[in-house]
Amino acid sequence: MIELSDYLILGALLFSLGVAGVFLNRKNVILLLMCIELILLAVNINLIGFSAYLGDVAGQVFVFFILTVAAAEAAIGLAIVVVLFRSRGDINVAALDAMRG
Amino acid sequence: MEQAVFYLFAAILLFAATMVITVRNPVQAALFLVLAFFNAAVLWVLVGAEFLGIALVVVYVGAVMVLFLFVVMMLDITAAPMREGFARYLPVGILVAVLMVLQLGVVILSDDVALVGGLIPEPAADADNIRAIGTVLYTVYVYPFEIAAVILLVAIVAAITLTLRRRQGTKHQNIEEQLSANKANRLRVLKMEAEPRQGGEGAERQ
Repeated sequence: MIELSDYLILGALLFSLGVAGVFLNRKNVILLLMCIELILLAVNINLIGFSAYLGDVAGQVFVFFILTVAAAEAAIGLAIVVVLFRSRGDINVAALDAMRG
Repeated sequence: MEQAVFYLFAAILLFAATMVITVRNPVQAALFLVLAFFNAAVLWVLVGAEFLGIALVVVYVGAVMVLFLFVVMMLDITAAPMREGFARYLPVGILVAVLMVLQLGVVILSDDVALVGGLIPEPAADADNIRAIGTVLYTVYVYPFEIAAVILLVAIVAAITLTLRRRQGTKHQNIEEQLSANKANRLRVLKMEAEPRQGGEGAERQ
């Protein structure tokens, strides 16, 4: 039998790894997108754990919707990266200062 | 037994995630992310979420990660300058990660929340996960389901319009222009005076 806290700790560790990855990979937008995928995976692991623990299938339906939105986000994000690379020649995050943000 | 499987795959999952954020080559990072997704799928199947485990492998590994690999390989990025600032941001990254783990751990392991010791019940032998999801997905959650479909459609349109470009100098048909052409575009009737015959053999032969 697996404890619920095992799943939650695993989700917490994975989430933190994803956030640390956002800090570390400042130079590559694609790696930033991969770190966002890691964070979403951590959230999904939490939802699945609670869904199994409570015996409520609603959590799994939410994971289904998160997967859908994450796929759409990845597609649009990669399209933006491709457009960025075409117009600037690199995808360095630090060089993206056209909007003076 | 189940716990051993869980710890094994969780360890591989965390190792793969660590490699994703530290590895030098973006292609290797994408492949390690595939490994992470596979292990997460196993962990989901372990507690009875079979449909989502399979969906993770089919949709994520099969479609999204292949898209990632395509883009990584299509864009010609040199790995070396990508590492600039890695050492500079390493301490703050580790600090934030450790802080978050500690905070989440305090909440998860505290006695007030009463999550520790809560065992996940084993899925029944005749449990039908796909039937359970389908029953609520098409009844209770049918409206969000349709919105999800619209979101995917919008994502397709957005991705295509963002990356579509018309290159200069390529030859292609403009069907609309061809169909809207009429006689006036093609034929011009000139009214002119009849010219007098100029005489001589050269002119007659024309």
